[in-house]
Amino acid sequence: MLTNKIFLKKTKKGGVMKIVREHYLRDDITCGTEICAFCNQKSPCLQENPSSRSGLVTTSHYLLPDTNVVLHQIDVLEDSSIQNVIILQTVLDEVRHRSAPAHRRLKDMISNPDKHFYSFCNEFNKDTYIERLRGEKSNDRNDRAIRQAAKWYADHLKKCDGNLKVVLLTNDADNKSKAKDMGLEAYTIYEYVKSLKDAGLLMDRLSVPDTGLAVEDNRVQFPEHLPLLEIQRGIKSGKYLQGTFQASRENYMEANVSVHNDDRMIFIQGHMNLNRAVQDDVVAIEMLKECDWGCPSSLVMEETEEKPDDADIEGEDLKLKRNKVPKEQRQPSARVVGIIKRNWRQYCGILQQSALKEATRHLFVPAEKRIPKIRIETRQANVLAGQRIVVAIDSWPKNSRYPHGHFVRMLGNVGDRETENEVLLLEHDVPHNNFSDSVLSFLPKMPWIITEEDMKRRRDLRHLYICSVDPPGCTDIDDALHYRELENGNIEVGVHIADVSHFIRPGNALDKEAANRGTTVYLVDMRIDMVPDLLSSNLCSLRSNVERFAFSVLWEMNHDAEIIKTEFTKSIINSKASLTYAEAQMRIDDKGKNDPLTLGLRGLNRLAKILKRKRTENGALTLASPEIRFHIDSETHDPIDVQSKQLLETNSMVEEFMLLANISTAQKIYEEFPNCAVLRRHPSPPPSNFDPLLKAALSKGFSITVSSGKELADSLDKAVLPEDQYFNTMLRIMATRCMMQAVYFCSGTISESEFFHYGLASEIYTHFTSPIRRYSDILVHRLLAVSIGADASYPELLDKYKTQSVCNNLNYRHKMAQYAGRASVNLQTHLFFKKRVIDEEGYVLFVRKNALQILIPRYGLEATLYLNTDRRKQGPTFEFDEEKNVQRCGVVTFHVFDRVIVQLSIDRSNIQHLKLKLELVKPEVPGFSVPKASQRDVNLDEPPTKKVKT
Amino acid sequence: MFSCYIVTFCSPRIRKTSSMAGMELLSDQGFRIDGRKPKELRRIQCRLGVFNQADGSAYIEQGNTKVLAAVYGPHETAGGRGKALHDRVLVNCQYSMATFSTGERKRRPRGDRKSKEMTMHLQQTFNAAIMTSLYPRSQIDIYVEVLQSDGGNYCASVNAATLALIDAGIPMKDYVCACSASFVKDCPMVDINFLEESSGGPELIVATLPKSSQIVFLEMNSRLHEDNLSKVLDVAVKGTKDVYQVLDNAVRDHISEVSAFHKLDQS
Repeated sequence: MLTNKIFLKKTKKGGVMKIVREHYLRDDITCGTEICAFCNQKSPCLQENPSSRSGLVTTSHYLLPDTNVVLHQIDVLEDSSIQNVIILQTVLDEVRHRSAPAHRRLKDMISNPDKHFYSFCNEFNKDTYIERLRGEKSNDRNDRAIRQAAKWYADHLKKCDGNLKVVLLTNDADNKSKAKDMGLEAYTIYEYVKSLKDAGLLMDRLSVPDTGLAVEDNRVQFPEHLPLLEIQRGIKSGKYLQGTFQASRENYMEANVSVHNDDRMIFIQGHMNLNRAVQDDVVAIEMLKECDWGCPSSLVMEETEEKPDDADIEGEDLKLKRNKVPKEQRQPSARVVGIIKRNWRQYCGILQQSALKEATRHLFVPAEKRIPKIRIETRQANVLAGQRIVVAIDSWPKNSRYPHGHFVRMLGNVGDRETENEVLLLEHDVPHNNFSDSVLSFLPKMPWIITEEDMKRRRDLRHLYICSVDPPGCTDIDDALHYRELENGNIEVGVHIADVSHFIRPGNALDKEAANRGTTVYLVDMRIDMVPDLLSSNLCSLRSNVERFAFSVLWEMNHDAEIIKTEFTKSIINSKASLTYAEAQMRIDDKGKNDPLTLGLRGLNRLAKILKRKRTENGALTLASPEIRFHIDSETHDPIDVQSKQLLETNSMVEEFMLLANISTAQKIYEEFPNCAVLRRHPSPPPSNFDPLLKAALSKGFSITVSSGKELADSLDKAVLPEDQYFNTMLRIMATRCMMQAVYFCSGTISESEFFHYGLASEIYTHFTSPIRRYSDILVHRLLAVSIGADASYPELLDKYKTQSVCNNLNYRHKMAQYAGRASVNLQTHLFFKKRVIDEEGYVLFVRKNALQILIPRYGLEATLYLNTDRRKQGPTFEFDEEKNVQRCGVVTFHVFDRVIVQLSIDRSNIQHLKLKLELVKPEVPGFSVPKASQRDVNLDEPPTKKVKT
Repeated sequence: MFSCYIVTFCSPRIRKTSSMAGMELLSDQGFRIDGRKPKELRRIQCRLGVFNQADGSAYIEQGNTKVLAAVYGPHETAGGRGKALHDRVLVNCQYSMATFSTGERKRRPRGDRKSKEMTMHLQQTFNAAIMTSLYPRSQIDIYVEVLQSDGGNYCASVNAATLALIDAGIPMKDYVCACSASFVKDCPMVDINFLEESSGGPELIVATLPKSSQIVFLEMNSRLHEDNLSKVLDVAVKGTKDVYQVLDNAVRDHISEVSAFHKLDQS
């Protein structure tokens, strides 16, 4: 099998080390074509007779792209019409080193049997391996290797008879001509794609080369990016800093850079200083001189439609410079000098058609406000108008105001529910495809029955009065409770959690899919499950009156809710009732009912109150965030009414026991696995985070102490205005904004002192109680099962690095799921107001330079009331008092927490981008405020959602 | 069934892992960095009787790992009777690495902690394989010199020493063959080279008496879950059997060559 030739690969490392590596060349590497009779191969993946759609190469052929084609034109390769492609190992390796996302996508294509992509290991084949010549650059050597492999394929296919050809795709003119000299067929990807029949859409997906659009307006001239080598040197010497670029949502000319290995946020302002960095890029920055430091303008600024293509960005920058910032407000500022790593992804958005009818260049407006507009080239602007499309960025030359990109695919009409949901999911990187067959194959076979074997391993708790309490309409019930008094006078409380880890075995496709999804995502009108429906709403769901597997935590408590004994066991339960919060509350309140279930609920409720009191005394925070529920029409799926979610005693009852179960579990698994327990921590926020809260509270005469969680909780409790009920809630909402994100982590990776959960004031915490919708809980279940001897461990579970990388993914998914949920609420709000104009009571949450941030408690939404805008030329002007943080206009002054009446409607001036519009009703400001909705003649015509195609 | 089962768990050595982060030890196509499949050994070339001075000697190449072994004895114990064992032979080993054997020049060819440990391991291995009770109160010296090191130094040393012992005509229970294995991407990999060794993954080293499948030495570095241990051990043991085939052929070739030279009949 081995040709037993040893080749030496020499690489210089640090200039002195000579590395000698063996390189075995083989004669058993197959060509992967169906037609070949020489290579002894199983299931070749290149088809025997691929049909040719190209005008250039009319016979059947295989494509062989070089590295740059794969790197830059991966969107084209992904198109379903591109099939039968040979990916060389040389190409695969180079792609791997140069772009991780491209490599991942390439791998996906190779593993997709419908694409007929074959990866040929040319470096290990004795006939296609070439040695680097003296003085040859490694890129040239690789190009030569690619040509060599193409040549081999050409000869090999000739030998196999048939008219099959191999076509080398390369955009490098030199490479192409050399290939032609060797008698190979070689084209650029542009030539090839152009020659395809019905190439229209595919043409748009071609990425534009840097040089293609050089005819830019030379007014725009960004500073050159520094080469990587210089950046590295600068970072080492401390001249530059490395950080992640975070564009501002509110102002496209501002951004922050979070410096790596440091908690600092560095402020960046102005086009020249931003220097073509895009959200999430890793950049190198250089600090500005202190006299040039700026501060966030507290100006809410959006790129408006009217702006010409290449507006004078230097002019905009100059405008900034003119108003020098007073010393005390200056923030450490910097400018971007170079890009270390681009983190571009694909962006959803809409096309902003060029004013010229025949133009092929158009601007694309991303849905995410932090992403700049992207210039794309398309010949079908008419088709794309009014559609949600996906676009990828290719480059951002220094003489272009906007980055260049290309069209990737079309999602559907703007405003359609499915399209908008799809956009939402894509923008938040939520995996939402249907579960694949390989995933589904690991589901238990139906009908599912409990076997003797199962009975033996589990404790039988079917006789207990267990019930579940959940929100209405919940089908994935993952927790249930019971309460019973023991003979020794103590109380037994049990929390029973769906035993998902029984069904999802480590390492199989189902497990991997769940680990990747990380969490179930709840949108207002749909749910994207983490595990297939059969598990989430049937076998794992602890529904009433069916036997289900559970993982139970049983406590023995005394009547003061002190834990005497904790026990964990796998069990079989039979829930006696699935209640909603309201139903449970009714049972507790109904004095006439005295069945065991109700008595149990009352007992639980009593204990929960004690637990909650203890927790609060410990310094746990009670925070608020406005939560709402939509009532959705069952026919049209349009929201009919909005309600803020009601909190009942039973909500907090369930919550208390879940917290207790989580804490008990955390202690147990940490004790058992000090190095690889999956825990959750909530870091205490840096004091500076609280500044807006302190400022706001002070304006009403309250001082909030933030030195510890306990003090914060106490001072929040004291800050109550008798005449304004909502004041305290607003403070709590503001406090929530000051908090850090809670994160999952693996216990071996950080020191024990950092395990603290700030919000809950608990030394240690984890998630155990919702394994149906969170993957972290599945991991915790597995750890717990191992520690009580109910299950066997497996390698990945005990590997702290792997666990940490899973945790990182979970944190990311979790955050994205939260954002997606919020975005979905926003979307529904828009739909809701599409047909309505409503006056509503609101409160000023923040005062900005040109706007007020208004919170509307009834709908739990926060919106911006613009005061001075460029568009509104007449009317009174508002004056912003930065010292006192107020806006004045004549006799009317707006403070934080002021109560206002605003009119809510949808701004339809831009059909593609519906916006919620606020207008002031009360207090009245002549020339600015609007009359009440009932007094206005409101046009409630259905807005044209579908644009007529012209 | 194991006659002698030595398990040494070492703490993971400090290794240069950071620069190797970009390496893909096993590609999706199922090839290792050097083009081998997971279950393929490196090329082995060996020769017996390379020195005349020694009683037995051998040279082996396993890929780029090259080892020379020389055997003296059995002879009277050096340094007086004190050290002699009354019921068996004293096996004395010395492992050393040439200063030019590694990428960076080595300072001390022998006597450092690693070499001493290796010496001890070799001693344990051959005490279990040589018929020690045949030569009481005498001594056998095994000198091993690594000329070039590219992973699997212990394995190559054992294999070379086996050949040298055979060349010296010292009775053994069986050949002793050694092989290493690792575990990458849920796949056991046999006979790992330096690059694979230094990636920080688990490394299992085993020496067996191949005919009877008895393990005489087992060492393991880094962490490996117990579920996977048997898989890795299986491929390592299979590796030692493959090594045995190669060594046995070499010995037979050598014997027939030598006997033809001495015009001896081959029956």
